[in-house]
Formats: sequence, C-alpha cells, structure tokens
Amino acid sequence: MDAVESPERRAAFEARIAAGEVIEPKDWMPEGYRRQLLRMMSQHAHSEVVGMLPEGNWITRAPTLRRKIGLLAKVQDEAGHGLYLYCAAESLGVSRDEMLDALHDGAARYASIFNYPTLSWADIGAIGWLVDGAAVVNQTLLAKCSFGPYARAMLRICREENFHRRQGYEIVATLARGTAAQRAMVQDAVNRWWWPTLMMFGPPDAESANSEALMRWRVKRQSNDAQRQWFINLTVPQANAIGIELPDPELEFDAESGNWKSGAVDWDEFRRVLRGDGPCNHERMAARRRAHEEGRWVRQAAQAFEARRRTRAPREISTTPRREPAHV
Amino acid sequence: MSAGLLETVASQPAPAPAPEASGALETQRARFEWLLGLADDRLILGHRLSEWCGHAPILEEELALANIALDLIGQAQMLFELAAETEGAGRSADALAFLRDSRDFRNMLLVEQPNGDFAFTIVRQFLFDAWDLPQLEALCASRYKDLAGFAAKACKEARYHLRHSHGWLLRLGGGTQESNRRTQAALDELWRFTPELFLTPVLPSMSSTSDASEAHFQETVRAALSEADLTLPDAAPFPALRGRAGLHSEHLGHLLAEMQVLQRSYPGAKW
Amino acid sequence: MSERKPGAESTPPGDSQLPLFEVFVQEKSGAAHQHVGSVHAADAEQALQNARDVYARRGALLSLWVVASDAIVATTPEDSPCFFDPAPHKIYRHPQFYHTPQGVKNL
Repeated sequence: MDAVESPERRAAFEARIAAGEVIEPKDWMPEGYRRQLLRMMSQHAHSEVVGMLPEGNWITRAPTLRRKIGLLAKVQDEAGHGLYLYCAAESLGVSRDEMLDALHDGAARYASIFNYPTLSWADIGAIGWLVDGAAVVNQTLLAKCSFGPYARAMLRICREENFHRRQGYEIVATLARGTAAQRAMVQDAVNRWWWPTLMMFGPPDAESANSEALMRWRVKRQSNDAQRQWFINLTVPQANAIGIELPDPELEFDAESGNWKSGAVDWDEFRRVLRGDGPCNHERMAARRRAHEEGRWVRQAAQAFEARRRTRAPREISTTPRREPAHV
Repeated sequence: MSAGLLETVASQPAPAPAPEASGALETQRARFEWLLGLADDRLILGHRLSEWCGHAPILEEELALANIALDLIGQAQMLFELAAETEGAGRSADALAFLRDSRDFRNMLLVEQPNGDFAFTIVRQFLFDAWDLPQLEALCASRYKDLAGFAAKACKEARYHLRHSHGWLLRLGGGTQESNRRTQAALDELWRFTPELFLTPVLPSMSSTSDASEAHFQETVRAALSEADLTLPDAAPFPALRGRAGLHSEHLGHLLAEMQVLQRSYPGAKW
Repeated sequence: MSERKPGAESTPPGDSQLPLFEVFVQEKSGAAHQHVGSVHAADAEQALQNARDVYARRGALLSLWVVASDAIVATTPEDSPCFFDPAPHKIYRHPQFYHTPQGVKNL
C-alpha cells in the first residue's frame, strides 16, 4: 500500500468519513488517523487488562458463591475485552508484543481510574456501577466510530458489558439497604470513586488536545464534557433511588437545561495520577510486568513444543488423553 | 501419625447436630459428608484457579483458567445444595462454603496446594481432571437422580478441563528444558497427594458402579507422562493427612481466612 | 537427563505473544461461519481451545473454525477497481435479459 499523503488522497478520505463510510485496515488513511486509532485502541486494551487488577483483588474474598462467580465472570470479561481490543489494534500492523512492551516500558497509558485501590467489598459495587457505567457511555459511542475493527470490537464489548453495570448496582443497592456498617462501607466507596469516575471522560473540552480531529474523523462522536454530563444525568437518579449521596455539595438540577450541574473536578489530581503519581500506579505496573516475566517460560515452551512438532517426523500428537471414556 | 488418630478425627462431629442413633441417620450423615467432599474439592480448586486472575502467562489463558474456575465453583454450588438438602438442617450453600472452619472441610489435600508456578497449577489440575472425569462418568448412572443430573452436566465440563490441562502438560513437558524441569518438579511434589484420591469409597447410595476409577486414572496419567517426556515418580506412601477426614495441610486455613473474611467479620449481613 | 529431553537440541525460542489465528463461528444450523475475531495460540489445537474460551463464553455455538492469520489471502484496496467494478453493463447475468413468450409462468 502506498502511504504517500497527497491533498487529493486526504480529501477523498475526508469525503468517505463525511459520507459515513467505515474505514477498514487496508484502506488508505492519513498517518494522523492511524496514529490516533492505534493510541486509543492500545490504551483501551491496556485499560481492560490493568483494570482486572483492582477488581481481581476481591475475587478471593467475595462474600457469597453468587458474588464470587459474578465477579470472576466479570473480570474474565475484562480479559476478553482487552483481547478483542489488542486484536483490533493489531489489524493496523502493530503486534501485541510491541503494545505490551510499550505498556511495560511505561510509554503507553491506560485509564488512570485503575490506579485507585479497592479498599472494601463495596468498591467492587462502586466500580461496576460507576466506572462501568461511565465506560458504557463512552463505548456505546465508540461502537459507531469510523474505524471498522474498533467499532466491531466495541459492539461485542457493549453487548457483553451490560451485566457489569447491573451487577455493580445490585451490589451497591444491597449494601445500601444492609446493616449500618454496610451502609457506611458503600457510602465511603462512592465517595472515593465518584470524582475519579468523572475524570474518566478526559479533560474539559477546552483543554482536550485530540478532540477536534477525532470528532471530525468520527472516531469520537461526542465531546468529553458532553459525555460527562450525560453520565451525571443518568447516575444521579440511580443514586437517589437507593439513598446514596454523591459527594458533590454543588450538585443541583438545572430545570432550564435539564442537566444536573456539578461542582469542579480536581484536574490537578487527574494530571498527577496520569503522570504516574497516583495511589497504585507503581503496584499496577509491577503486577503487569511480573505476570509478563513469569509467563515468559510458558510462552517459550508452547512455541518450542510446536516448533519441535513441525520439524519432527509426523508423529501423531494427541490432543486428548488416550484413554477412552468409561462407558457406564 | 497413626491410623488410630485418623479414625478418631474422622468420626468427630461436624458443627451441625450429628445424629448417631439409627443406621438410617448414619447413612444420611455419611451421604452428607460424601457430597461435601465432592463440593469442597471443587470450591477449593476453583478458588485456587481464581487466584490466577490478572496474573496468567498470556491473555488467552486468563480466560481459560477463569472458565475452569467458574465451572468448578458452579459445580460446588450445586453440590452444596444437594449436601444441604441431604443434611436437612436448613444450612444454605453459602453457609457451608463460608461458615465452616478448616477442620470441617472435606476437600482432598491435592486441591488446596498453593498455585506455585504455571507448571504446578497445570499438573495439579491434570491430576485432578484425570481423577474427576471417570468419577463423574460413573456418577451419571447414579440412582440418586439429582446427583446423576449434576454429573451429566459436570461431565461435559470435566472432559474439556482434561483436554485443556492435558494439552498444556504435553506442551510444558515437551517444550523447553526449563519447562520440562519445572513440570517434572511439580509432578514430583504433587504425586504424594494422589493416593488420597482413592481412599474414600464411593457410597453405594451414590454410585451403582464398582470403583474402577483408579485404574483409569493410572492409565491416563501414565500415557500422558510418557508422551510429555515426564517420569512417573515412585509410588507415594499412605497419606499422613487426609482432607476427607478434615485433616488438612496448613495452607487451607489461610485460604479460608481470606475466602471467609466478610462473612466472618459481619455476622448475619446480607451481600 | 537423557538426550531425548526436550529443548536439548536448541536454545529456547525468543519470547512472543504467540502466532495469531482468525476465528469463525457458526451460530445457527444452516448458517454460514462468520468471522468474529482473533486469538493468539502456539498451535492449532490451542487456537481452537482459546477460541472456545474467548468466543463461546456466552450462548451456544454449533461450530468453530480457526485459521492461521497469515494463511489468509485478501484483496487490497488497489485490487478493488479491477476486481469489483460493478457490472451493470453485464446485463446478461440478470434474468430480465432473457425474453419469454407471453403467458408462460414460473420461469
């Protein structure tokens, strides 16, 4: 494929986008478009995989069998979603090895929300309800983005992710009508997760570096602030319904716009966590690097086994145990 | 440790009232304990596998290990319900899982061993799967209809689990020198827990077939090990501890302390 | 140990996330297999298992195919003009091109 960028090619590309066409990996695309998509998809994939850690932290302590199964299935989904997204990004010719190297070197980013600790069981509820709720807003829009592999991955993810938010809300609602200790636990969790969740939508529109081009290319379908507002409007009634207070004294319904007006987000905190100085940045990266290092000999063994099999005289390698199942 | 101590321990009452009076009630107690053993194996092994979540060697294996863990914990839940029904003391599946102490757990020692490296986890899983599948196949014909129903479903899952662990056993045994060494070390370490797999007789009320599963197990293991360039360890001695009798390794207490922390810290709370 | 021991002949391979396979599923009886995504795996059997673990988590599937991604041959956008030029002028492929005597039905 010829990658030369000419004004004609650019114009033809912009016209395809404007006509609502979907771009596929082998189509010509401006380098900027390709770079932005790679950045977004790999960041998104890393976020899913790093996001397994704070929630995985409670799988072994989930309080009932139902909760244990539900949480494990949910965290498993995050792995699946990371997998879909890495594959979508690989369609642009960058390998998962390269993306993981960038993550482990600290060159790639992931959602800063996962640098906060899960301190109580209620955090699992708060993450499912708030963090996944915010993700659903963002992902529903991305499912309509102009790059085919990303949109298709998102469609699959949105279909699967619906249960996450409901599971989270069920946990929060159960705790909210529980004992005094449980009510305190869940209010504390919401207090800690509310503001970082609002930060997930990214900096205010005025400061968002990539927004303009991404909107034009129909990668991003709504601005950060618009998505944030949408999420707040969705969430406030859900909090009210179960007697949970959102930790924002300035939260107020504006009848004229139909929006819940919120107080100011602490963007200094956002930038601090993004820079690497959040509560768990160090632990998250250390855990990912360790899993990668400790898995190396396993990946090497699997490849060596296959290489040996291919070079050996065609000896039948059985894929199932030789014993016939007992017939009873 | 003498067999005498094991006998004493085995007959110690569980926390629920243990009826000793009539033969019928003793059978009921034995059935309860037998079902618990089956359930506890699955809960504890599923729990161990779930500890891998977020730390597996490759992303695809995250999903595979979680699937097996989910199957096993789901199986445990069904068996706890059967056990609770058999006991008839009104205990829920959650009460059985989260409110018994380690002395009342009936799982075998193999499944409570900590994960170790990936080879250790795979060998532990393979030994369990090679034991579990023929057992479940036999239980499909149980006259206890609910148990047969459970086994029919669990059988399909177990067949896949064995295919997965067997595949990895071949890859790790036949992969690199390092992977072969790690896998052989895991096998040498875990082999001593295998005699326990065949110590507990199948209750006639639970399964109608005679117990030929040890031969099946040995055959599956022998064939796989030879294909995987691994050496069968020397025969393991009679086990000094027996999980089915509530005599566990020190690992189980820690596992339960973690697993049960919320139920223990907030008695009576709903989750 | 013995000479037969694996890996004795060569140094271990470099690390990688394993080769890529494309996954196709059949969801309903009679339906065609459809591409759903990809998995990484060391070999074909593992690719099949990984595809099952990743893409059959929900809902029943009837059949799974996996194929090494580098075995797929595809057209490029440059091929499109000569491969897929719409053929409205090739009206002889359409039934309307052919005349039937009046009154004849079911043709």
